[in-house]
Amino acid sequence: METIADLDWLLTALVFAPLAGALVMALFPQDEEELHKRLALLTSLVTLGLGVFLFVEFDYDNAGRLQQFVDWDWIEVIGAGYTMGVDGMSLPLIGLTVLVMPLVFIYSWDHIPKPGNAKAFLMLMLILETGMIGTFVAQDLILFFVFFEVVLLPMFFMIAVWGGEDRRYASLKFFLYTLFGSALMLLSFLALFFLTTDPATGEHTFNMLVLSESAGDGIVRSTQLIIFGGMFIGFGVKVPMFPFHTWLPDAHTQAPTQGSVILAAVLLKLGTYGFIRIAIPMLPEAAEAWAPWIGLFAVIGIIYGALGCLAQTDMKRLIAFSSVAHMGFVMLGIATLTDFGINAAIFGMVAHGLITGMLFFIAGSVKERYHTLEIDRLGGMLVQAPKLGWILGFCAMASLGLPGLAGFWGEFPAILSAYNPAAGIPEETFRGYMVVAAIGTVLAAGYLLWLLQRTAMGEPSEEFANDPEITDVSTIEWIAWTPFLFLIVLFGVAPGLIFEVTDPAVVESLNNCIQVGCEVAGG
Amino acid sequence: MNALLAAALPVFTEGPSEVSSVTREANWFLENAFIIPLLPAISFLLILFFGKRMPKKGAEFGIAAVGIAFVLALITGAAWLDHRDNFDGQLSESPATGIEPAHDDHADDGHADDGHEDEGHEDEGEDEHAIGVVADDGSTSSDEVALAVEAEGDGHGEEGHAYVAVQNSTQWLQSGGIEFSAGTLVDGLSVMMLFVVTLISLLVHIYSTDYVSGDRRYTHFFAFLSLFTASMLFFVLSDNILQMIVGWELVGVCSFALIGHWWEEKPNSDAALKAFLTNRVGDVGLLVGMITLFFAAGGGQTFDTLSITNTINQGGVSHTALVVAAAALMAAVMSKSGQFILHTWLPDAMAGPTPVSALIHAATMVVAGIYMVARLYPVFWEGMQIPGSSINLLATVGAVTLVGAGLLAFVQTDIKKVLAYSTVSQLGYMAMALGVGAWTAAVFHLFTHAFFKANLFLGSGSVAHAVHSFDMKKDMGGMRTFMPQTYKTFIIGSVALAGVFPLAGFWSKDEILVGTGGWGIFGGTGGPGSYTFHLTMGMIGAALTAAYMTRCVYLTFHGEYRGGDHGHDDDHAHAHDDAAHHGDPHESGPRILYPLYILSGFSILIGLVNLPPGFQLVPESWQERFLHFIEPAGASYFPAVGHATPSWSLAIISSLIAFGGAGLAYWYYFVKVDGLARSTGQKLTELPNGLVTTNAWARAGHKVLVEKYYLDHLYTGIIAGATKGPIARAANWTNTHLIDGVVNTAGETAVRTGRQVYDKIDQGLIEGFINGSGRVSDATGQELRRINSGKVQNYAAILFAGAAILAGAFIVILAL
Repeated sequence: METIADLDWLLTALVFAPLAGALVMALFPQDEEELHKRLALLTSLVTLGLGVFLFVEFDYDNAGRLQQFVDWDWIEVIGAGYTMGVDGMSLPLIGLTVLVMPLVFIYSWDHIPKPGNAKAFLMLMLILETGMIGTFVAQDLILFFVFFEVVLLPMFFMIAVWGGEDRRYASLKFFLYTLFGSALMLLSFLALFFLTTDPATGEHTFNMLVLSESAGDGIVRSTQLIIFGGMFIGFGVKVPMFPFHTWLPDAHTQAPTQGSVILAAVLLKLGTYGFIRIAIPMLPEAAEAWAPWIGLFAVIGIIYGALGCLAQTDMKRLIAFSSVAHMGFVMLGIATLTDFGINAAIFGMVAHGLITGMLFFIAGSVKERYHTLEIDRLGGMLVQAPKLGWILGFCAMASLGLPGLAGFWGEFPAILSAYNPAAGIPEETFRGYMVVAAIGTVLAAGYLLWLLQRTAMGEPSEEFANDPEITDVSTIEWIAWTPFLFLIVLFGVAPGLIFEVTDPAVVESLNNCIQVGCEVAGG
Repeated sequence: MNALLAAALPVFTEGPSEVSSVTREANWFLENAFIIPLLPAISFLLILFFGKRMPKKGAEFGIAAVGIAFVLALITGAAWLDHRDNFDGQLSESPATGIEPAHDDHADDGHADDGHEDEGHEDEGEDEHAIGVVADDGSTSSDEVALAVEAEGDGHGEEGHAYVAVQNSTQWLQSGGIEFSAGTLVDGLSVMMLFVVTLISLLVHIYSTDYVSGDRRYTHFFAFLSLFTASMLFFVLSDNILQMIVGWELVGVCSFALIGHWWEEKPNSDAALKAFLTNRVGDVGLLVGMITLFFAAGGGQTFDTLSITNTINQGGVSHTALVVAAAALMAAVMSKSGQFILHTWLPDAMAGPTPVSALIHAATMVVAGIYMVARLYPVFWEGMQIPGSSINLLATVGAVTLVGAGLLAFVQTDIKKVLAYSTVSQLGYMAMALGVGAWTAAVFHLFTHAFFKANLFLGSGSVAHAVHSFDMKKDMGGMRTFMPQTYKTFIIGSVALAGVFPLAGFWSKDEILVGTGGWGIFGGTGGPGSYTFHLTMGMIGAALTAAYMTRCVYLTFHGEYRGGDHGHDDDHAHAHDDAAHHGDPHESGPRILYPLYILSGFSILIGLVNLPPGFQLVPESWQERFLHFIEPAGASYFPAVGHATPSWSLAIISSLIAFGGAGLAYWYYFVKVDGLARSTGQKLTELPNGLVTTNAWARAGHKVLVEKYYLDHLYTGIIAGATKGPIARAANWTNTHLIDGVVNTAGETAVRTGRQVYDKIDQGLIEGFINGSGRVSDATGQELRRINSGKVQNYAAILFAGAAILAGAFIVILAL
C-alpha cells in the first residue's frame, strides 16, 4: 500500500499534545483548581485544533491510503518502529476522540467527582487521550500495544479513586480482565513477528503495513487460527464481546460520569478497531475461519445484552449493558468480512460513541440531581426537568436505531450485510444471525422505552416531588451536550459524511487480502 | 433454521432489469414533489425552536405549512391527471440510482455514473441510449420491454396513454459499492396519498386549535403533528425501499409521541410503548423482507422500488425468495396496519388525543402497511400466488381481521374504541382486497375510508369535547338534541362506513366484494381468483359494520342523556382542562364543525370518483376515473391485474345484508331498549334480560370478546412478562453467577498469588490517592516525567524480554 507523507510532525503533535498539557499541569500545585480546569480544557482544545487541522489536511480522494505517514526508528534492537499514519478507517475515530474530550472537560467544570482533586483527575484524562489517539494512529504493533496499554492505567485510577461504592472491585476487574486480554494479544503479536519476514529487508518486523501486505503469507493455517484466537480474546475483551463482557457493567456503573463517557465513546472502540486494523488484514484466512464464531458471539451479545438491560434496576448499569448489545451489531458487521459490513461497523462505533456517551452524561446528571439511579425511585423527569427528559427520550430513540438519527446507520447496514457475507463464509449461518439481530432491535426498543417510561414519564414520585435540587439542563451541560446532539442528527441525515471517508480505506484493506490470494472478498 | 433459511433465500447475482414505465422529465410539480414533505418538516423545526414564542404557540406554522402543502398536492394532482392522459415525453432509463443495467442491449460508454447529476444534462446525455420510447409512435428500441400502452391488461379496452411514473432521484450516500439514493416517485398511488394526507392533516390541524386549546403541551402537539405529516408524506413519496423503511419508522415514532402525549398517566405511556413495541415486532419482518428484496430483486445493488417491482414483474426473481419476502413483509403489515394478530396496539392507541386518532390511527399512518403492499404489489402477487387461487395468507389475514375486529366493536363502551376496532376491521377489508387481487378496490377503499373514518373520529371528539368523556354508556346518550350538527355529520359518516348506497363506503366496499371473485360473484365475471371464503367474510363484515355503527349511534346520540350526574372522568378528557365548558353539553365551535362538514361532504360524494363500468346512469367517461388515474395498468412494474365485472345482484345482496345488520341492531336498541327505557323511566343501555344474561354460550362468547380474545394476556402477561421477568433475570443471573463466578474465582486466585503487588497498589496507591492525594499525585507526575524522559525504552525492552520468553514457548508448542 502506498503511503502519503506530507507533514511529519502532525500526528506526533496530535498524540502528545494532551500529554504535554498534563505535564504542564503537573508543575502547578493542586489547590489551583480553576487553573487546572482551564489548562486541561485548553490542552484538549489545542488537540481538537490539531485534529481539525488533520481533517483539513486529509486528502479525501486518497482516503484509502495512509496519510501523514511517518516511519522512524524507535527500538531498533527489537525492530519496533515509530510508525504512524492515518487513513479513512482511523480518521472518524480520531475525530470522535478529539471532539469528545473537550466536551468532557467542559462538563467537568462543575462536575468534579468525589473525592475531588481536579488536578489528578484531569491529568489522567489527558494521558488517556494520548493513549487513545496513539492507538488509532499507530502503524507498528509494539507502538500500538504501548498506546493500548497506556489507556489502561488512567482508566483504572479513574475508577478506583473517583468511582462509586464498589470501585475497588470494579477497577480491579477492569484491570485484570484487560491485562489478561492484552497478554494474549501480545503473544499473538510476537508470534506474527517471528513468523513473518519483511520481503524488502528479510527481517522480522512489527510494521503493520508490511504485516498486512503479507497477510499471513507463509504461516500454516492452524497457526494462523491460534494467533487469531489470541487476538480475538485480546480485542474481544476490550470490545467487549460476550462472554468477556462482564467487566463492563461494573466498570461503567462505578466509574465517574466522565470515565463512563470516555469508556463508552472511545475506549470500547479500541477493540473493534483492533479487529479491522490488525486481526483481519493480517490474518484474513483465519478471519474467514473464525467469522462464524465472531458472528455467533456477536448475536448472542445482542440478545443477551438486551436481556441483561431488561433485568437492571440501575439506570447506569442498564446503559452499560446496552453497550454489550450495540457492540454486538458492530461485531456482526465486522464478522461478515465485507466492505459494506465493516463500513457499517465503523459507523456503528462512531454512532455508539456519540449516543451512549450522551446517555452516560444524562445518567451522570440524573445522579447529581436525584442522588440515585435506582429506576424505581425515579419518575416524572419530564415534569421536573423537561429538557433533560426530552434529551433522554431523544437519545433513547437514537440508541434504538431510529432512522434519521445516527444509530440507524450502524445497525441497519450491519443487519443487511449479514445477508450476504464474504465468499467462503457460510451464508445460511449468517442469514440466521441476520434474523436474530433483527429481533434484537425489538428488545432494544423494549428496554430503552421502558427506561424512558419509568424515569421520564409519569408524575414525579413523592420523594422528589418538591426537591429544589432537581433542576433542568444547566448552561454548562448544554455546551457540553449540544455537539453530541447535533452530530447524532447530522450523521443520521447525512451518513455519507462517514461512509465516504471509511469506504476507500476499507475497500483497500480488503482488496489487499484478495491480492495475496486469500478468499476474503468484498461486496 | 439456518439450513432452511439458506434454502429459502438464494442469492441473485444478476442486476435489476430496466423499468420502462418511468420518466424523469415531466411537469415541474411532478418532478419536485419533495417540496410537499419539506414544508411540514420545516414547520416542525420552526415550532420546535420558536413555537412557544409565537402568538398562536406554533400552530400557525403547522397550519401554514400543511395548507401550502395541500395546495401543492392539489396542483400536483392536477398535473398528474394531465400527465396521465397526455404524457408523450421521454422515458428514462432506470434504475435511477445510476447503476449500470445488467443486460444493456446498447453499446454503452459508461454514462451511468452521472445518475445523480443535474437531470436536464443527464437526459440530454442519454438520448442515444434511451431505452423507453415515445408511446405514441409505437416503435421500441428495446425488445424486452413490455410497452406500457394500456389495453389488453386493463380488460376494458380503453385506448389511452401509457402509465408513466415520474421519478426524481439523487444519491444519498455510497458504501461498499452500494449506492443509496433518495428521491420521489410520483404516480397515481402517491398522488392520491398526497391528497389524502395533506387534506386530512390540514383539517385536523384546524380542528386541534380548538380541541386541544389550553393543553399543557399545545406547542409540542403541533410540532409532532407537523413531524408526522412530513414523515408520512416522505414515506408515500419514497422511490426506494430503504427510504420507505425510514419513513415507516419515523411515522411510528410520531405515533409513539402522540399516543403518549399525556404521559403523566401510566395507561397512556403504556399504550404508547405497546404501539411502538408491537410495531417493532413487525419491523423485524420489514427489515428481513426488504433486505431479501434488495438482494433477490435488487441484485444487491439497488433499493429502487420500481427496479425491484419491475424485475419481479418480468419474472426475474425466484418464487422462493418472493415467498420469504412476502411472508416477512406480512408481519410488518400486520403490525402497522393492525391486522390480526398484531392489531392489539391500535385500540390502545386511542389513549392519544382524538385529532391524532383521526389523522394517524385511522386515516393515514395505519394504512402505511396497505400502501406498502400496494406499492410492492408484484412481491405479493407472485409471492402469495394471488392470481388463479382461492386462498392465500394476505387475503385470509384480512378476512379474519375484518370479522374478528368487527365483533370486538360490539362490546366496547368507549366510543373511540368502537371506531378503533372499526378501523381495524376496515383495514382488514383493504388487506383482503389486496390479497384477492383487487388492487384498485383496496386502494379505493383506503381513499374513501380515510374521509369517513376521520369524520367519525373527529365527530366523536366533538361529543367528548362536550361531555368530557368517551364513555358512551355512562356519559353520553341523547346527544342529538345537544349537538345537532355533530349528530348529522356523524350519521353521514356512519352511513358511509356501513356501505349504504350511494355514499362513499358503498362503492369501495362493493368493489372489494366483487373483486374476490367468490361464488362466481353472482353472474359477474373476471377477477384474478375465486375467493369464496373471503367474499363470505366480507359480507359478514358488512352486516357487522352496519350493526355496530347503529349501536354506537344509539348509545351516543339517542335515548336519554346519562352524563352530568357524576364527576368527570378526567382520564379521558384531557382536552378540557381549561374548564370552560362545564355544565350542560353543547354544540362545538366552528373550528370543530367546519372540518366535520367538509369531511361529511367527502363521505357522501367521494365514492363517485370510481363508478363501476356498466353503471348506466352516467356517461361512460365518468366511470372508473379512479382506476384510470391511479392503477398503473400496463406499467412494466405492475402485474396484469384483471378486473371483475360488477354484478347488480351482488350489490343488492350485500346492501340487503348491511341493512339486515343495521335492522337487527335498530330493533334491539331503538325499539326494545329504548322502549323499555321509556316505559320504566330508567337510563338503559342494554336489555336487563338479554341473551348474554340468559344464555351460557352467549355469555362465554361475550366474555371472550370483552377479553379481546385473550391476546393481550398472551402478549403483555405471558410474552412481555416472561421476557422482562424470568428470562431477563435468568440472563442477569448467568451474568453475575456463572460468568462472573468464573471471572471472580480467576481474579481472586490471581490476586491471592500476587498479594504483595496487590497490597502495594491498593494500600500504597489508591489509599494514598484518597488520603494524601496531592502529595501522591505530584509524585505520580514526577514518575510520569521520569518515564517519559527516556526510560521508556528500558520499560519496553523489559516487557518485551518477558513476553518473548512466553512467545518462544508458544511457538514451540505450535510447532509440535
